[in-house]
Amino acid sequence: MARELWKGNIAIAEAAVRAGLEAYFGYPITPQTELLEYLSMRMPELGRVFVQAESELGAINMVYGAACTGVRVMTSSSSPGISLMMEGLSYIAGTEVPVVLVDVMRGGPGLGNIAPAQGDYNQIVHGGGHGDYRPIVLAPSNIQEAIDLTMLAFDLAEAYRAIAVVLLDGSLGQMMEPAEMPPLRPLKSTYPDWAVRGAIGRERRVLSSIYLDPPLEEEANLRILRRWQQVEANEVRYKGYYLEDARFVVVGFGTAGRVALSAVRAARAEGIRVGLLRPITVSPFPSRVLRELADQVEGFLVVEMNTGQMLEDVLRAVEGRAPVEFFARLGGVMPLPEEVLDEIKRMASTPLSVDGHPRERWLQRMLQPA
Amino acid sequence: MTLADMETLVYARPASLTEMPTHYCPGCTHGVAHRLIAEVIDEMNLRERTIGVASVGCSVFAYNYFDFDWVQAPHGRAPAMATGIKRVLPDRLVITYQGDGDMASIGMGEVVHAAARGENITVFFINNANYGMTGGQMAPTTLPGQKTTTSPHGRDVETQGYPVRAAELISTLEGASYVVRRSLHDPKNIRLAKKAIRLALETQVRGLGFSMVELLSICPTNWGMTPVQSLKWLEEHMIPYFPLGDYKVHPAVAEIKV
Ligand SMILES: Cc1ncc(C[n+]2csc(CCOP(=O)(O)OP(=O)(O)O)c2C)c(N)n1
Ligand code: SF4
Repeated sequence: MARELWKGNIAIAEAAVRAGLEAYFGYPITPQTELLEYLSMRMPELGRVFVQAESELGAINMVYGAACTGVRVMTSSSSPGISLMMEGLSYIAGTEVPVVLVDVMRGGPGLGNIAPAQGDYNQIVHGGGHGDYRPIVLAPSNIQEAIDLTMLAFDLAEAYRAIAVVLLDGSLGQMMEPAEMPPLRPLKSTYPDWAVRGAIGRERRVLSSIYLDPPLEEEANLRILRRWQQVEANEVRYKGYYLEDARFVVVGFGTAGRVALSAVRAARAEGIRVGLLRPITVSPFPSRVLRELADQVEGFLVVEMNTGQMLEDVLRAVEGRAPVEFFARLGGVMPLPEEVLDEIKRMASTPLSVDGHPRERWLQRMLQPA
Repeated sequence: MTLADMETLVYARPASLTEMPTHYCPGCTHGVAHRLIAEVIDEMNLRERTIGVASVGCSVFAYNYFDFDWVQAPHGRAPAMATGIKRVLPDRLVITYQGDGDMASIGMGEVVHAAARGENITVFFINNANYGMTGGQMAPTTLPGQKTTTSPHGRDVETQGYPVRAAELISTLEGASYVVRRSLHDPKNIRLAKKAIRLALETQVRGLGFSMVELLSICPTNWGMTPVQSLKWLEEHMIPYFPLGDYKVHPAVAEIKV
């Protein structure tokens, strides 16, 4: 199939349609609104379900209901809307039904702004909803990847009866790039043995997240955790660039990873042996490869568009075996490749400190420019 | 079944109810409401096609008592979940069963918009003038002057506002086709309630849009009365504030003969 120009949000919407999306529920919020608008035309055209909900609260619970019938369902939103969905996400996790969620992040906290940011990492990866659950979180850094990961999200959500999130920032949602769209997959014709679709000729089924008896709730928690171990064992994905001989490794996901790649290439051109590790699954986190790299390299540079939310996961993985530095832009300000390049050069030319926390050192540099 | 058996069989469990004894307090009308809904679903032969959406409140375990498929919604969100199910499976009968705290307080947004969209679902709304499950706090339906654990001196409308008349409110929405209020305080009213449940489900089966039956109900435990006193209190205090009646009957629903 030919490559065509696709805008991020619309590419994700069409990829979901091709993956067999049967019902979509959403609410307008910039910078993800094109996704909702596109599906308002596309879904009815195919005889599939589209509902503009009264709120994100409504949307996530419509998704929850539809997911209970065993079909492929999705909602999308941006940061403040995702906050509102947290209750529903926790229920969905507790009921163990598959759902795909797209979060096109914007600047925050609060109403913030509509510029690209990565401040939802914690609320998505480490679970903003109550209780113990972990969603699968896929972080594309270009439009082709956004398409491929959206398709994958449906498969993973179903395979593990989990929430699969496509996590991107507003710039990817808005950007246009050539990409190849996979063919339309047929809709499901069989449904899982837990699906609630009416007790026609069978025993009734109940889907719920309630386990009033604590030992039963403990068992449910353990079941969810064991399933997560499977996810961790089988589904870690990342992309490495120039890692073979790297003295330093930059770590960044999504757009931050993309910006970092330009910086890494520029640094290579100047003879600095630096590589990039770009987590594609930020959950499950590629901890093992980071730990392995930690024994080989002189230091890491974590680049994010938040105050170091993924940084904590990198630090946990590296376990103090190598120095870690941090660089970020916040609130909708995009990091520039030149800024990241400066950080790489600084690391290559000055002894690396291990005093204090990388966030503290970055903040010092940020507040007292040289 | 022999003729002799038939002559003595005056009461049987509807097929749509399970064998499980309910956890409801003695005299609580949740049980009556369950039975009526089950009887109507049996009569319409819809048990296998029905999907219930349970809410958060004393009826949280409704799914244990009805012998058909259920899901369990977050507090107030049942109409949204029901929307999701009904849109995917338009030929199933989708019902929610919600208390007054659930539907008329935390879930007001979901129910109003489900009705406004003309969502083809049926809401059974149990108005017992307080939050039963959490121990008798003030609900949006608590009467002026009524004592609850959070209106210890009686609901003061100056600071705690006025009760919400949900049936009247929902009836103003174009998408709602059948919205009525009935009461469960005596046999005559229970019969009328059953008829309303039938009409509500017929509304859905015929694709005529949103239907809601508000059922005035008692909560002897938290009201601090015996069941008999409670029934009398409902009649004397609740009905004057929440008049029984048909608030919205779409002409197409009015034509239905059952
Ligand atoms: C988000 C959320 N807030 C609060 C609660 C606690 N809660 C459980 S049941 C309930 C009240 C239910 O009362 P009502 O809907 O009137 O039903 P009843 O118990 O009277 O039948 C509340 C507040 C909850 N489960 N979830
Ligand atoms: S607390 Fe009230 S509403 Fe709940 S079961 Fe008991 S009597 Fe019924």
